[in-house]
Amino acid sequence: MEHYTMNLNLKVWRQKNATAKGGFENYSVSNISSEMSFLEMFDVLNEKLIAEGKEPIAFDHDCREGICGMCSMYINGKPHGPWQATTTCQLHMRAFKDGDTIVVEPWRANAFPVVKDLAVDRGAFDRIIQAGGFVSVNTGNAVDGNALPIEKDKADAAFYAAACIGCGACVAACKNSSAMLFLSAKVSHLALLPQGGPERRSRVVNMVAQMDKEGFGSCTNTGACEATCPKEISISNIARLNQEYLAASLVSE
Amino acid sequence: MLDAKIPSGPLDQKWTQYKGHCKLVNPANKRKLEVIVVGTGLAGASAAAALGELGYKVKAFCFQDSPRRAHSIAAQGGINAAKNYQNDGDSVYRLFYDTIKGGDYRAREANVHRLAEVSANIIDQCVAQGVPFAREYGGLLSNRSFGGTQVQRTFYAAGQTGQQLLIGAYQALERQVALGNVKMYTRHEMLDIVMIDGKTRGIIARDLKNGKLERHFGHAVLLCSGGYGNVFYLSTNAMGSNVTAAWKAHKKGAYFGNPCFTQIHPTCIPVSGDHQSKLTLMSESLRNDGRIWVPKKAGDTRKPNDIPEEERDYYLERRYPAFGNLVPRDVASRAAKERCDAGYGVGSSRQAVFLDYAAAIERYGKIEAGKKGLDNASSDEIIKMGKEVVKAKYGNLFDMYEKITGENPYEVPMRIYPAVHYTMGGLWVDYELMTTVPGLYALGEANFSDHGANRLGASALMQGLADGYFVIPYTIGNYLSEEIRTNAISTDHEAFVAAEKTVQERIEKLMQIKGSQSVESFHKRLGKIMWDKCGMGRNAAGLKTAISEIQALKKEFWSDVRIPGDINEMNPELDKAGRVADFIELGELMCIDALQREESCGGHFREEHQTPDGEAERHDESYMYVANWELKADSTWQLHKEPLIYDEVKPSQRSYK
Repeated sequence: MEHYTMNLNLKVWRQKNATAKGGFENYSVSNISSEMSFLEMFDVLNEKLIAEGKEPIAFDHDCREGICGMCSMYINGKPHGPWQATTTCQLHMRAFKDGDTIVVEPWRANAFPVVKDLAVDRGAFDRIIQAGGFVSVNTGNAVDGNALPIEKDKADAAFYAAACIGCGACVAACKNSSAMLFLSAKVSHLALLPQGGPERRSRVVNMVAQMDKEGFGSCTNTGACEATCPKEISISNIARLNQEYLAASLVSE
Repeated sequence: MLDAKIPSGPLDQKWTQYKGHCKLVNPANKRKLEVIVVGTGLAGASAAAALGELGYKVKAFCFQDSPRRAHSIAAQGGINAAKNYQNDGDSVYRLFYDTIKGGDYRAREANVHRLAEVSANIIDQCVAQGVPFAREYGGLLSNRSFGGTQVQRTFYAAGQTGQQLLIGAYQALERQVALGNVKMYTRHEMLDIVMIDGKTRGIIARDLKNGKLERHFGHAVLLCSGGYGNVFYLSTNAMGSNVTAAWKAHKKGAYFGNPCFTQIHPTCIPVSGDHQSKLTLMSESLRNDGRIWVPKKAGDTRKPNDIPEEERDYYLERRYPAFGNLVPRDVASRAAKERCDAGYGVGSSRQAVFLDYAAAIERYGKIEAGKKGLDNASSDEIIKMGKEVVKAKYGNLFDMYEKITGENPYEVPMRIYPAVHYTMGGLWVDYELMTTVPGLYALGEANFSDHGANRLGASALMQGLADGYFVIPYTIGNYLSEEIRTNAISTDHEAFVAAEKTVQERIEKLMQIKGSQSVESFHKRLGKIMWDKCGMGRNAAGLKTAISEIQALKKEFWSDVRIPGDINEMNPELDKAGRVADFIELGELMCIDALQREESCGGHFREEHQTPDGEAERHDESYMYVANWELKADSTWQLHKEPLIYDEVKPSQRSYK
């Protein structure tokens, strides 16, 4: 792999706190290595700002290996930037070239208020899980793990749905700020497994109600969520969610 | 004298005996007892959920924006359990024995046996929660092998076992939040323990969104705050992982056990330059099928695929024929360092070895061809089929490697090098997981207890969940049963006021330094000292130098660090400054501990103490103890030894040959 260095212009959203009015600021960084990760480029920028006596840019990040779901930058009009199936922290600077201008914003959604600069509050996702995204089994109740065989394809499908990292890119990508891909991944994960069976109906109804209450928009099937998801969660989960919801509604009425 | 409170009786009866005789708290009283849990990884989330289920009033804290993001999520390979589903000779005793041996005989027998006993319950519990473990076509759970064992006892969910287990625990936790049994505080950091009349009675926490300090009362406090690998700056830990909660407890009297026991993981993506902010692990499961090698000729600059088979040195297979590429982590890491130091390293930095999948791809391809009856399959067809099998098993890890390095590991061997991954040391706890401070517990990686001087792969997840789901629910009752007459103490109590004042003053002191160097620059310098002198190889002269360098760094930090922004707002630089200040103090203690331990064991390799063929040489007669450090004054510690008594296993030199 050919290494190169680049100079870049950055247009970054700055916002002091949740209530302040935000706006873009322009920055430039030089000698950025193509081997750096995108967040390491931000580290360089922040060190530069600190050296100049300015305030560094607040952004969320933690594991930096694409699994914790904390990083959340909207880069050049795409959540997590230009690479497919990649979180911001795994995006590397080889994706850019010398002289590029990169625009970086926070997730934009009413349900995800900005905390500061590029960091947003995704507590709504936790509250959706609280509404039913679990199996009600107290510790110590379990039977032997092999007591209940589960078809491999179903277990695999449940796993692929459970691969969601709760980053919120699906919401940020959606013109309606819908959380349907996130919600459907959790509903699918538990609906596909026998362990999720007993609460299948109440779960989907309660979680959808909570999603609506949080102020997420409705789904119009544009598929932007699936296209941007760093874990490639399939939009077919939304179809399953709709089936589950319909089945639950028919029974409850 | 430290009392580990190990129950009497035969080893395999201790935990059963304990559970049968520990004190209980009745449900009506549980509702009045408040428990604080700091950290929401596997240990913290499982403890908070399990205690909430029991009816205790729980408050849980994490610094991330959601409890689901704690660093347990990044664990890739798997979780061990003595299920013996494979009929390959596994048992509770075997898991216990492997863990004690893997830890190079520096762990406590009773704790490890309990861990092995409850390991099977963990799998059952996780399956019941809907954790989507890998399964075979018959619908039953699948297993794979990990280092340091000869059985297949590792359960997994592709390369993201930690994420699936943590989501299981997180969902159980959120269920308790919905039921009102747990109150969750995200973006909060614990900054002190509050003590009243010699007992832990709460914490001071800081809301990281606005900088406000908060006082929280609890009848007991559980630290589930993870390990301190970030003292090395570069590690596989998350950027936010820190020692602060454990260090504040240490300052309040909790002894720190075996701080120098650090795990360097053999298979990580090598450092690519000075900009590097963290290192990424490639799961140990890759050593199941991958072969590790370097060129036989020092300084060989040919491309790996141009080096013929007979000019490759598969040094692990050569040195350790019985375990081959699956030797324990400490052994594999040292062997890689040895080859690179001797000039056989590869890649532009010469600080890397190859992890090669070509043989596995061919082997799997042939099996596939056999299955399909394709006797005349061409080698291209075989390789194509083999790649598909490898993709199904390890695809996400290969993708991750390619994203970071820009190289395709299906075509070119991966370059790997050891990196700091886990810390076996931590707060000293007794059998009940209580620290030396009454009412203060430490669970998971934050404590020192189960892994001795080296942790086996897939055992961290096991320990975190064992402590949280199956140990603390019993042992905490034994303490809290004596607390049922203690009403909730007002946070206006003078002890809370005083603790908050101390925290406030320290923050103000940091902000007033207004120096010229960034927090990050100090952290990097600390990391370099630690890695060079207290890393994979340690010696007396280096450690002494490190101690004086760290003391000088500490002085410089407190007189020249620059923290921008204000106290009463979201200020990640200020958060980081507090953590780095604590890491500097810890770093000094780690070097002191490494210096006093005049032997090599597990991940602690003192260059003065090695066998003629370069293996770790223990000195059981002098060092078969847990080294526990009590803070007496600034940079001054007193050592308290807990002797390790082996009733069941006979310590011997570990042999993986």
